[in-house]
Order: sequence, then C-alpha cells, then structure tokens
Amino acid sequence: MAPRFGVLVLLLGLLIGGKVYPGDTAPSRVPQPVVESARGGQCVGDPAFMRRNHMKLLKHQRDDTLRGGIRTGAYSLKACIDCHASKTTNSVVASDTNFCQSCHNYTAVKIDCFECHSNKPQVKP
Amino acid sequence: MTPDASAPSNDAGDTKSGRRGFMTFAAAGVAGILIAPGVRLVEIAQAAPVPGKASPGASSKVRWGMLIDSTQCASGCTDCVTACNTENGLSGGTKSTDSQWIRKIEIKELRTGNTQSLPMLCQHCAEPPCVDVCPTGASFKRADGIVLVDKHICIGCRYCMMACPYKARSFVHSPQTDQKPDVPRGMGTVEGCTMCVHKVDKGEMPACVTACASAGHEAILFGDLNNPESEISKRIATYPSRQIREDLNLDTGVRYLGI
Repeated sequence: MAPRFGVLVLLLGLLIGGKVYPGDTAPSRVPQPVVESARGGQCVGDPAFMRRNHMKLLKHQRDDTLRGGIRTGAYSLKACIDCHASKTTNSVVASDTNFCQSCHNYTAVKIDCFECHSNKPQVKP
Repeated sequence: MTPDASAPSNDAGDTKSGRRGFMTFAAAGVAGILIAPGVRLVEIAQAAPVPGKASPGASSKVRWGMLIDSTQCASGCTDCVTACNTENGLSGGTKSTDSQWIRKIEIKELRTGNTQSLPMLCQHCAEPPCVDVCPTGASFKRADGIVLVDKHICIGCRYCMMACPYKARSFVHSPQTDQKPDVPRGMGTVEGCTMCVHKVDKGEMPACVTACASAGHEAILFGDLNNPESEISKRIATYPSRQIREDLNLDTGVRYLGI
C-alpha cells in the first residue's frame, strides 16, 4: 500500500511540476505580458527575432531616414504602429495591454520613442 | 594596366607566383567592393532630382530652395503659417514659448513709408551657423541642403537658436501629445522648418508653398537650385533676388524677390 501511494505522489508531483515550465499553455505561476490582439497580419520579421532586435533595427533605420532621407526601409516605427496599434485605444502605448507598453512594462524598460513620435497609426482604422 | 606589369619578371618563383595570385585575387575583391557602392550612388543621383517623384534618398545633386516674391505676398495673409501649423501639428500660438516654424513679418522703410510683407522661416543655409555651433551634431544639413535637427541626439542646449540670425528655430517647452506621425516633436528639443522634408521625399511640395498657391498669391516657389532647368533657377537667373543678411555669406536656400 505504502509504495503504491508513493508512486502516486511522485506522478502528481511531476504533473504539477511540469506546469511551471515556461512556454506551457496552461496558466503559469510566472506572470506573462498581456498583449491584446491588434490589426495582425505578417510581421516584417520572425517574432522571436523582433522581440530581441527591434530596437537595433529601429535605431539603424532612424538614421537612414532622418539623415539620408531613405523612407523605403522595412523597419520603420510608423509601420510598426500601423499594424500593432490596439483596436480599442488606437495606440501602442495608451493602456497597459497595448503592444509596446505591455512588454516594456513587463521588462521594466522605459520607452522614449513616444515622447516625440506619434503613438497612433496614420490611417484611421 | 595592372600593378603586376611593373613587377620584375626574373624572380617569379613558386612562392612569388603564389603571392601574386593572391594579390590579383585581392585586387579583384577590392574592385568589386568599389563598384557596388558606386553603382548605387549613380542610381540615387538619377532618381532624386525629379520633383513629383518619390526619392530613394537625399542626394547632393539636388539643392532644395525657395524663392519668395514679397511683391506677391499679401499683407495680413497668413495662409502659409496656418498650413505649416496644420501640417506639422504646431499649436499656432505666438507666445515666446510657442513654436513658430514660419512667421509673417512686415518691414517698413522709414523714409518712404513703403511697407512690405514676407514670410520668415529657416533659410536652409549652405553654411548654417546652427550646425557649426551644435555640440552634439544634432543640428545637421542633409545632402540635398535641407537643415534639420536630429532630435534623437539634441540635448536642448539652444546654442543653435542663439546662432541663427533669422530666429528661425524654436524650443519645445512642454510635453507634446498627438503629434503628426510624419513630424515627431518632443519637449526639450529644438525644432524648426523642415521644408516639409517628409513631403519633399515623397515628391510633394512643402505645405506653405501649396497653401500660398491655393490662396492665389503664388508668392513661394519651391525647387532645385542646382538644376539650371528648374523654374526657380531660371527665375533667380532672370530677376534680381536677395538673401537676407547677405553680409554673413551663408548662401541661403531661401531667397527673396522685391526686397
């Protein structure tokens, strides 16, 4: 009886333990950023790559655009906002679930972009 | 003619030929690198100078400029100012803390009493004093002659405002919201007329030029000062135009007729 009970406890422990791994679909003890769905479509890059490198891409292209007058690059902040602006607030930073704001809150990184740049898409939805 | 031709031929051993082979290979590589950017520059130069067509980048073949005919500019008309404010999201206020990228001024000759009205804006100098004094390199001149502020690196010291003889720049004193997507503006940075660079890059005219034309005055002419076939170059060649503060030798991109 006792060994059988031990096996049961072990199995239960494995099941519960398995749930805390990141990437699991079940609710996790680790809080995740809540990103509400936006206009959608295909991003200009792979999401995992964009998550790590969007700041570098934006910084590179801002100099091309401002100083070189090249406005055809794929990684423009305006294009990001056009796709990622929330359907409810029409912005990327207006509420805590908006695209830019949610992740930046989560990672505790201040966004300076929108002190100067518009956070709303150019074309009205 | 290759560098190899001048090399002595009597010492071409195995090692030497090996090295020579490498040198030829390396030279070919360098030539390839040199040709590729050259081709790109030619493409840009050919594509840029056409007004009404989107450009792939600012080109030094072009120098954008304006010719303002003060005899056509109506006293009391502020359509260019309004259009600028609307296009760039400015408040339109005229307090010392409000941004004014273009403003109307009245000049009067005291002896004769003759008055004239003209718009004053960034003169987009070829030798801009604002660029000379900027400690961070934020104030800069684009290849096509448009003088801009890179607000990413502007520290708001306002040296450029002091250096500008035309009082053409403004400092943003308060936090901004609802900026235009094409025209970022933020507190703590200096700004000024951009010659509607976002429109010019798309091949369109600056907002003030369009507004003046639709008001029926057509006092502002925009075009390429480097192209002798452009309307602005022809008019400058035909009629006597003036630069304001010519004595400073700034070679302004904005020129005036009738003053």
